Amino acid sequence: MSTATITPIGAAVRRKEDHRFITGKGRYTDDLDRPGQAYAYFLRSPFAHAAIRGLDIAAAKAMPGVVDILTGADLAADGIGDLICGWMIHSKDGSPMKMGSHPALAKDKVRYVGDHVAVVIAESLNAAKDAAAAIAVDYEELPAVADLAHAREGAQIHDCAPANTAFEWELGDKAATEAAFARAAHVTTIDLVNNRLAPNPMEPRAAIGDYDSGDEAYTLWTTSQNPHVARLVLSAFVGIAPEHKLRVIAPDVGGGFGSKIFIYAEETVCAWASRRVGRPVKWTSDRSEAFLSDAHGRDHRTHAELALDAEGKILGLRVHTRANMGAYLSTFASSIPTYLYATLLSGQYDIPAIYCEVDALYTTTAPVDAYRGAGRPEATFLVERIVEKAARELGQDSAQFRRRNFITAFPHQTPVIMNYDAGDYGAALDKALEFSDYAGFPVRQAEAARRGKLRGIGLSNYIEACGIAPSAAVGSLGAGVGLWESAEVRVNPTGNVEVLTGSHSHGQGHETTFAQLVSARLGIPIEQVSVVHGDTDKVQFGMGTYGSRSGAVGMSAISRALDKVEAKAKKIAAYMLEASEGDIEFKDGRFTVAGTDRSLAFAEVALNAYVAHKFPTSEIEPGLKEGAFYDPTNFTFPAGCHVCELEVDPLTGVTTIVNFTAVDDFGVVINPMIVEGQVHGGIAQGVGQALLEGVVYDADGQLVTGSYMDYTMPRAGDLPAFQVGMTQTRCPSNPLGIKGCGEAGAIAAPAAVINALTQALGTEEVPMPATPARVWEIIQARAARAAAE
Amino acid sequence: MALEMNGSVEIPAPRAAVWAALNSIDTLKACIPGCEELEQVSGSELKALVVAKIGPVKAKFKGTVILSDLMPPESYRISGEGEGGVAGFAKGGAQVRLTETDSGTKLDYTAEAQIGGKLAQLGQRLVAGAAKKMADTFFQNFAVAVGGETVQGP
Repeated sequence: MSTATITPIGAAVRRKEDHRFITGKGRYTDDLDRPGQAYAYFLRSPFAHAAIRGLDIAAAKAMPGVVDILTGADLAADGIGDLICGWMIHSKDGSPMKMGSHPALAKDKVRYVGDHVAVVIAESLNAAKDAAAAIAVDYEELPAVADLAHAREGAQIHDCAPANTAFEWELGDKAATEAAFARAAHVTTIDLVNNRLAPNPMEPRAAIGDYDSGDEAYTLWTTSQNPHVARLVLSAFVGIAPEHKLRVIAPDVGGGFGSKIFIYAEETVCAWASRRVGRPVKWTSDRSEAFLSDAHGRDHRTHAELALDAEGKILGLRVHTRANMGAYLSTFASSIPTYLYATLLSGQYDIPAIYCEVDALYTTTAPVDAYRGAGRPEATFLVERIVEKAARELGQDSAQFRRRNFITAFPHQTPVIMNYDAGDYGAALDKALEFSDYAGFPVRQAEAARRGKLRGIGLSNYIEACGIAPSAAVGSLGAGVGLWESAEVRVNPTGNVEVLTGSHSHGQGHETTFAQLVSARLGIPIEQVSVVHGDTDKVQFGMGTYGSRSGAVGMSAISRALDKVEAKAKKIAAYMLEASEGDIEFKDGRFTVAGTDRSLAFAEVALNAYVAHKFPTSEIEPGLKEGAFYDPTNFTFPAGCHVCELEVDPLTGVTTIVNFTAVDDFGVVINPMIVEGQVHGGIAQGVGQALLEGVVYDADGQLVTGSYMDYTMPRAGDLPAFQVGMTQTRCPSNPLGIKGCGEAGAIAAPAAVINALTQALGTEEVPMPATPARVWEIIQARAARAAAE
Repeated sequence: MALEMNGSVEIPAPRAAVWAALNSIDTLKACIPGCEELEQVSGSELKALVVAKIGPVKAKFKGTVILSDLMPPESYRISGEGEGGVAGFAKGGAQVRLTETDSGTKLDYTAEAQIGGKLAQLGQRLVAGAAKKMADTFFQNFAVAVGGETVQGP
């Protein structure tokens, strides 16, 4: 077998799955139909906060086509438990977080617009909708708590959470940080709002529950990023069925960005209801429901202070963040503004002392949980904004100020848990400055000024913690699960391979990247490798895909399983070649007796493993199939430098990004084309947050950005052609040297955009999203002030 | 979502006649766009069924209408709230004032409304436009019903 058929690590090979997707052969949950299936429609609360005094379903139940109508009382009668938050956070005073009851169908109260009041199951979706309109709900309206800034004083949302506080948490050394501020020559302060975002995956959520009374077993097809975790939660906590009687299948899934990690009410109800009504029950979210009920992201208000010495060396960072949790604690919500946020507050900088307080508050809005980056974009936005502001206040060049404060020796222990294992922040900065012609900016700025445009350039030197995560470490921080990953490599007798992975691909290209690893390791063509994922009956267990973990953790598990396959195949090859096992070399798909021309192709050894004619089965079991559970030894730390250059038209307030440079260190890259695509998508979402996107609830808790008329997604025309480059330091914490790339753009871009915009506008007060109306108002206010002076 | 509207209409009829019409269930029913039912429950309380279509959302609102602060023949407040099932809810009121003019009566109104659920999700621009149009249509209808012709619109 020639090496030409091998797809090596580092090859920009086209995605295997794209043929399926672009020819319309993808199979998403809504594409599937089960015999006899009925349709679910959820009656949702129109009020942000109300007590349910009465719920009359009699008339609705009698309507044509209605199979059944189920309510929170039915759920309780069947002993179905609440939805849970799986990460325990303790407050400063040691008390556990206050987790408000979260039934899949409301019991006596609704807590946000879109909260689930009842489900109608009918012969058609339209029949279900018509019947839902006939349900009479007697609401007693309660005051909405829509504003995070005043959530504490608002009407109490959960009985268990006085002052609407889920927890008041801290991280870092308060005394050391205060000492740092005491000796500071300069203190920079900043107040930031990290705007709330709607995740907007292209495919909305969907589910089909199907109960088989013969096997007393459920199958749930659902749009999940982690079907095994969904099964675990639905079994162990919600109590739908024991794990061996619940199969969860996440088929093709069209994007998630975090929003499909969580175990939601609708999927839970479809599974449960299929047994109640004795028929498969299907639900597909429409876009309006997605805006209302997919967990949102971000939504922080932060006050921060940076202590500096006279030369501009950072001495300490003090942060107080209020994080909006929405009406309920979603599946991983508590970890996002805590261990995925405050642990990254050191950025790329050597900061001796950091202290962070986070108040997690309930409001009568949709739950807030992980969204692309999840805590790390909030941390990067804060660090890169305050660092930029400090450099400007000290009259120092932004790049030089950063460079002076970079961490340069590894490993580096930050004051906020993380131990950075490898990186070269100066190298990424140098390359980004070169690619973006940072030095030439003043000339371009002057040229823009002659055209009447305000031009700015902004840096963002982000860091993230990916490869989530060492199980014991996250366990000690409150995680309810371990965050290892599993893999199984099944070599078939004819030498082709199926890889079963606990990771889940919903746009990341695992079917290509994972196959590429196998091709490179076993020396077989990539076409002879299939990747199997997303089915709890096929893959034994897995933790799913989020936190840029599938390369660093999921592929490391595959790598470990491949090690075992290779080791066993060598043993078999030794018998076949009548040589000592120690003399067998495996390279480019051939087993060779060292120093001879005697060799066997991988497929020959695979066949012999199953035929089992040439080795003693008392010593070596027949077959060639190996599995591994890989637990990472550390987080990984992708980092880099993004540079945004933009122009503002002062007459219209329209911001145009004229150049965007991204230089990232992702460690070893398996498929640079896929990685570049991830960077592009992340930047688009980051620019979206900075300039366009923002979820708004009005004072009554009504969602007023509930459609694409009012919620602006970034489009191709809003973005320039990106300049993407890489630097590389190998990650020492996993066998492949991978760091992860899925979230970098969304983490880095907002600060780069706003640093450029604040420079262009000459004010640090630029809120996100910096829409043309807001930018225009800033320009007008400035002009008015100038005129008055 | 909170909405505020105001306007005025010239009606070529004497103030007493306009006042009577403002208190006539038959006139109100004929003038409220999409009103399918309007019945008196008590002296000042009415029961209403109104079909409204706003953008892609069409809903039947069932609710109550209350006339209060009656100052015949000068002013009253008409307020109401309705449940639109899956479409959400609407509630609000209008202060209506009548003044005599050379040509008849001038009707001024100041209305505020709160919208919730799917209707609010449609967005301020669409809902505010639709609500304003409904109010305009009502008072135009009313001017025609009472004055026999349309005069000065708001």
